[in-house]
Amino acid sequence: MVAVTGVDVGRKPLAPSFRTCAVTGLRVEANAERLIKANAVAGVLFLALGGLFGLLVALTRWPAIHLLPAEWFYLILTAHGANVLLFWIIFFEIAVLYFASTTLLNCRLPAPKVAWAGFALMVIGAVVTDIAVFQGESTVMFTSYPPMMAKPHFYLGLILFAVGALVGCGIFFAALVVAKEEKTYNGSIPLVTFGALTAAIIAVFTIASGAIILIPTFLWSLGYISHIDPLMYKVVWWAMGHSSQQINVSAHVAIWYAIAAIVLGAKPLSEKVSRTAYLMYILFLQLASAHHLLVEPGISSEWKIVNTSYFMYLAVLGSMIHGMTVPGAIEAAQRKRGFNKGVFEWLRKAPWSNPAFAGMFLSLVMFGFIGGISGVVLGTEQLNILMHNTIYVPGHFHGTVVAGTTLAFMAATYLLIPLFFKRELVLKKLAQWQPYLFGIGAGGISLFMMGAGTLGVPRRHWDITFSDAPMGTEFSAAAYLMLGLNGICAVLAAAGGIAYILVVVGSILFGKRIPDGQPKPASAPQPAVTQYGNAGTLHLPGTLVLVGIFFLSFVLYYYVNWKYLAQLWPLR
Amino acid sequence: MAIHPPQQRIWWREPIEKMEVAWIAIAFVWGLVMFFTMIAWHFWGQQNLANEAYRVQPEAYVAKVEAMTEQYKVGEEGDTGIEVVHPPAGSDVYLLARLWQWWPVLELEKGKTYRLHLSSADWQHGFSLLPTNINIQVHPGYEMVVTVTPTETGEFSIVCNEYCGIGHHTMSGKIRVVESKGGK
Ligand code: HEM
Ligand SMILES: [Cu+2]
Ligand SMILES: [Cu+2]
Repeated sequence: MVAVTGVDVGRKPLAPSFRTCAVTGLRVEANAERLIKANAVAGVLFLALGGLFGLLVALTRWPAIHLLPAEWFYLILTAHGANVLLFWIIFFEIAVLYFASTTLLNCRLPAPKVAWAGFALMVIGAVVTDIAVFQGESTVMFTSYPPMMAKPHFYLGLILFAVGALVGCGIFFAALVVAKEEKTYNGSIPLVTFGALTAAIIAVFTIASGAIILIPTFLWSLGYISHIDPLMYKVVWWAMGHSSQQINVSAHVAIWYAIAAIVLGAKPLSEKVSRTAYLMYILFLQLASAHHLLVEPGISSEWKIVNTSYFMYLAVLGSMIHGMTVPGAIEAAQRKRGFNKGVFEWLRKAPWSNPAFAGMFLSLVMFGFIGGISGVVLGTEQLNILMHNTIYVPGHFHGTVVAGTTLAFMAATYLLIPLFFKRELVLKKLAQWQPYLFGIGAGGISLFMMGAGTLGVPRRHWDITFSDAPMGTEFSAAAYLMLGLNGICAVLAAAGGIAYILVVVGSILFGKRIPDGQPKPASAPQPAVTQYGNAGTLHLPGTLVLVGIFFLSFVLYYYVNWKYLAQLWPLR
Repeated sequence: MAIHPPQQRIWWREPIEKMEVAWIAIAFVWGLVMFFTMIAWHFWGQQNLANEAYRVQPEAYVAKVEAMTEQYKVGEEGDTGIEVVHPPAGSDVYLLARLWQWWPVLELEKGKTYRLHLSSADWQHGFSLLPTNINIQVHPGYEMVVTVTPTETGEFSIVCNEYCGIGHHTMSGKIRVVESKGGK
C-alpha cells in the first residue's frame, strides 16, 4: 500500500517534493519521509514483540516465578535475540541513515523503488525467520552455533534481511553522492551524517561477513555442504556479530550529537576530534570478533591480545572521546545560555522533562558506565575466564544495546514524530517519565545480570536449581537475589517499553497535527556556541568532573577483576 | 551544530581544545596500560589459558576418555551410576562433554598439576567450574589441554554454560579435590 505511493513519486525523480518542518525548520522530501516512517514503524513493532519476549525470559529466570516451560524458554530466548538485536535495531538504523542523509543534507532520496524493495526484503526476511523459530525446530539461539542446526528457512530469513539492509546502505551512499552533485549543502557533511556514514561503512563490512558465514550454513542445513567447522564459524560469525554492535554505537553516538544539537543548540567542541573518533571505529574494530573467542581452543594468546586490544584499544579510545565531547558540547551550550553557576548548574538546569534530552543523557551515562566498562573487562584476555558465557555477558550487552542504543533511539523518536509524522506528542506526562522508567529498568537488568554472572550463574539456562540433574550445583542466596532483582527491573523496563509504544502509537494516530512551516532560507539556526573550541571563552569543569569519575571507576573496576582472577586455580 | 555542515569548511584545520588533548592522552595511555597488563600477566600471572589444542575426531576422543576411566576407576558417584576416576597425580586427565553430561567425575589431588583435556562428543558446551568460576568453551573436533593446579580441597561442580539443546540445564558434572596422598 505504502509502497505504491513510493513508486508513484519515483516516476518523476527530477521533481522531488519537499516540505519544511514547522518545529525544526528542516526540509523533508516526500519519498524519504515515507521510507523513514515505514522503517521506524517496523522497528518499533519488532521492539514491542521482542521486548515482550525479553520480559517472558526474565520472568522465567526469576527462580521464584519460573514462568515458561523449558522448551518455550529456549524458543522465546531465540526469538528475543533475533527480534530486538537484529530486527528492531536495524530497521531503526535504516531510518536513521535515511534521515541523516536526505533530511540533514537537504536532498531527495535516490531510487525510492529500490529502497522500498530493500524494505520489503527486510520485512520478509524477519517474518520468515520468526516463522521458523515459532515452528519450533530452530531453537538454536540467534547465534546459531554449529553443529546445532536450524531449519533452512531460519538462515534464509536472516540472509534476506541482511540483503535488504545492504540495499538500505546503498541508498544512503547514493543519497550522499546525489547531495554532493546537486549541491544541496555547503562544505563538508554535518557531524551527524558523518557518524551515520561511519555506521554504513561498518555495516557493509558486517553484512559481507554475515553472507560469508550464513550462506554456507544455509547450504549445510539443506545438505549441500557436509561440515561447518564450529570454530571457523564463530570467527566469521562474530566478525558480523561484533561489528554490527559497532554500527549501533556509531548510530547512537550520532543520535547523541543530534539530540544535543536540536534540543540545546549544542555544537561539537571540535569537529576534528569528534570525526577522528568516528574514524577510529572504522579503522580498529574489524577484528573485534576476537573478544568472543578468548576461551576457545586453538587460538593463540598473541592473536587474542593483538585483536582484543584493537592495537592498544584505539576503538575504545574513540568511544572515550565521544564520552567527553558529547557532555562537553552540552555543558558549553548550557553555559552559553547562562547556566554558569558552580560546576553543575548546567546539568541541574538541563531540560530533564524533555524525554528526548533525558533519554539521550541517560543513554550516554549508562552506555559508558555500565556497558562500556564491563565490555572492556569482559574483553580482556585473561579476565574473560571469569565470566565467559555467564549471565554477566547478557548483563554487559543490555548495558550497551538496551540502556545505550535502544534508549537513545527511543529518545530520538520523540523528535522524529513531530518532524516526520507532523504530530504533537500525546500523553506528555507519560512521555516525560518514559526515559526514566525504561532507563532504570534497563540499567537494572544490566547490573543485576552482571552481578549474578560474577557469582557464576550461566546464561541461556532454564533452571539453576538443577532439579532434574544428577549432580547440579548450589548457587548462593545472593545469586537468587540478583535474578529476582533482575526480574523486578525487567518489569520496570517492560513498563517503560509499553509507555514508549503508547506514546508513539498514540501520537502517530491521535496527536495534534502540526501544519507545515514556511520554507526558510537554508541558513542554520543560531548555534549556542558560536566559536569553535572553548579556549579563552569557556571552561568545562562539570565535564571534567564527570569524565574523572568515569575514569576512576573504570580503573578501579578493571583491577578489582584482576585481583579476583588471581584467586583462581593456577592455569597454564 | 552537529546537524549542520561544519563552520570551517576544512574541519581538520581546526584547533583542538586543551581539555580534549588531555583526555585523549589519558585515554590513550590507559589503553597502553591495559594492553601491557595482559602481556605482563603472561609473565607474572598464574592464570593464563593454554594455547595447546589439537584437532581430534570426536570418536577418538571418546575412546581416550573411556580408556582412562577404565584404568583409574575408583567407584561410582552416589547412586547416579557415574564413574569416579582417580588418575595418578600430575597425569593427563580427560573430561568428556556430551549431551547432557560432563563425564566422568574426576578426583584430583590438591596441589598437584594436571593436564586436563577437554573436548565434546557432539555439540559445543561450556565448561564452567563452580564456585571457582573458571569458564572454558568446549568444541567438538578440538581437544584443548589446560594445565591446572587445584589449590583447595572440596567438591566443585561443573555446569554447562553454552546452550546445547533441551537438556542444557541438566548438564552437570563434578571435580572432587582431595588431600594429596603424599609424594610428588
Ligand atoms: C524489556 C526489555 C528487556 C528485558 C527484560 C530483557 C531481558 C533479557 C534476559 C533476561 C535475557 C536472557 C539472559 C539469558 O538467560 O541468557 C536476555 C537476552 C538477550 N537480550 Fe534482552 N531484554 C530486554 C530488551 C532487549 C533489547 C532491547 C535488546 C536489543 C536491542 C536485547 C538483546 C538481547 C540479546 C541479544 C540477548 C541474548 C539472547 C541469547 O542469549 O541468545 N534485549 N534479555
Ligand atoms: Cu552442554
Ligand atoms: Cu549446555
